[in-house]
Amino acid sequence: MSEDKQQVSRRQFLNYTLTGVGGFMAAGMLAPMLRMAIDPVLQSTSSEGEFVNVGLAVEDITTTPQRVDWQIEQVDGWYQSKPGRSAWVYKDDNGNIIALSPVCTHLGCVVSWEGNDSHPNEFFCPCHDGRYTKDGVNIPGTPPLAPLATYEQKVENGILYLGKAISRKGA
Amino acid sequence: MLQKIYDWIDERVDITPIWRDIADHEVPEHVNPAHHFSAFVYCFGGLTFFVVVIQILSGMFLTMYYVPDIENAWKSVYYLQTEVAHGQIVRGMHHWGASVVIVMLLLHTLRVFFQGAYKKPRELNWMVGVLIFFIMLGLGFTGYLLPWDNKAYFATQVGLQMAEQVPIIGDQLKILLAGDDEIVGAQTLTRFFAIHVFFLPAALFALLAAHFILIRRQGISGPL
Repeated sequence: MSEDKQQVSRRQFLNYTLTGVGGFMAAGMLAPMLRMAIDPVLQSTSSEGEFVNVGLAVEDITTTPQRVDWQIEQVDGWYQSKPGRSAWVYKDDNGNIIALSPVCTHLGCVVSWEGNDSHPNEFFCPCHDGRYTKDGVNIPGTPPLAPLATYEQKVENGILYLGKAISRKGA
Repeated sequence: MLQKIYDWIDERVDITPIWRDIADHEVPEHVNPAHHFSAFVYCFGGLTFFVVVIQILSGMFLTMYYVPDIENAWKSVYYLQTEVAHGQIVRGMHHWGASVVIVMLLLHTLRVFFQGAYKKPRELNWMVGVLIFFIMLGLGFTGYLLPWDNKAYFATQVGLQMAEQVPIIGDQLKILLAGDDEIVGAQTLTRFFAIHVFFLPAALFALLAAHFILIRRQGISGPL
């Protein structure tokens, strides 16, 4: 054993080896745990563009917003349920169908069309007097800071199908 | 009899220095309310710990009835609250204690702040204390969801929306907490339960140990 060849001492070698093996074992234990914990983050966003028949014929849609209620199939891990959804649906001046989410963008109460007699032709939120114009845009000076969300929609055989509510940027 | 048991153990493992080390130390005059009544301000840290012990014990017993499942969580809380003898008291202790512990923590923090007790060499202990404060807030936030009533559900909605506002990683952070990208439901409840009952208490114990070891090593700061 010449001295210039001994770059790694026996003690160092054992230290490195034990640290390496220990680190490998620790990683082997922790990796599956962490991967399990972050699984929801890495899962692809659930079923996009799933449209549900809301039971409203296009010919029944008027220029006055009407409330439609329907149910969606929701899968939450191991739990399946059919929660309700609601929308205010009407045709605008060009005949386009508009489906607005009734969830107030202030604190999540439910708005209704002409919900207050002193504010005709507007959506009104009873919780904090939030108001929106007919196209769902929040009226400045009232609590909400963003317009009502709009539902993705499609028409099949004259029946309205609605998908996800897409929130809009603040006005 | 007890003395004999103690002696028998002490003869073999010499436990006297161990408990002496933990329990047998002088309280300086300036922190003893018996000498100066105004020294009661030094009690808030100990009171915080006392309430933490109550929280741990009452929480342990609550899990004998509680189920972290969306079908049964509320029912199990309702059952232990209305049907189980003293269940109302134990849940009451956990409920009120959760608020009291925050109050005590804030009073303790204020005392340390206004006395300047966080200054060198005790900066590290201040930092550990701040981490403990965050852990406590996390315990409050995650525990709030567990009864699974309307207040719990919507408070968590708001809390998750706040997490979502964090720059860059906000969305991922929210999903990591909620367990789903849009539903606050079954997976959120199990996650919050795990965080509330295992993860945060584990972190809390480690930080409390560091907090106490540091104060014993450095001693209580001198009189003003």
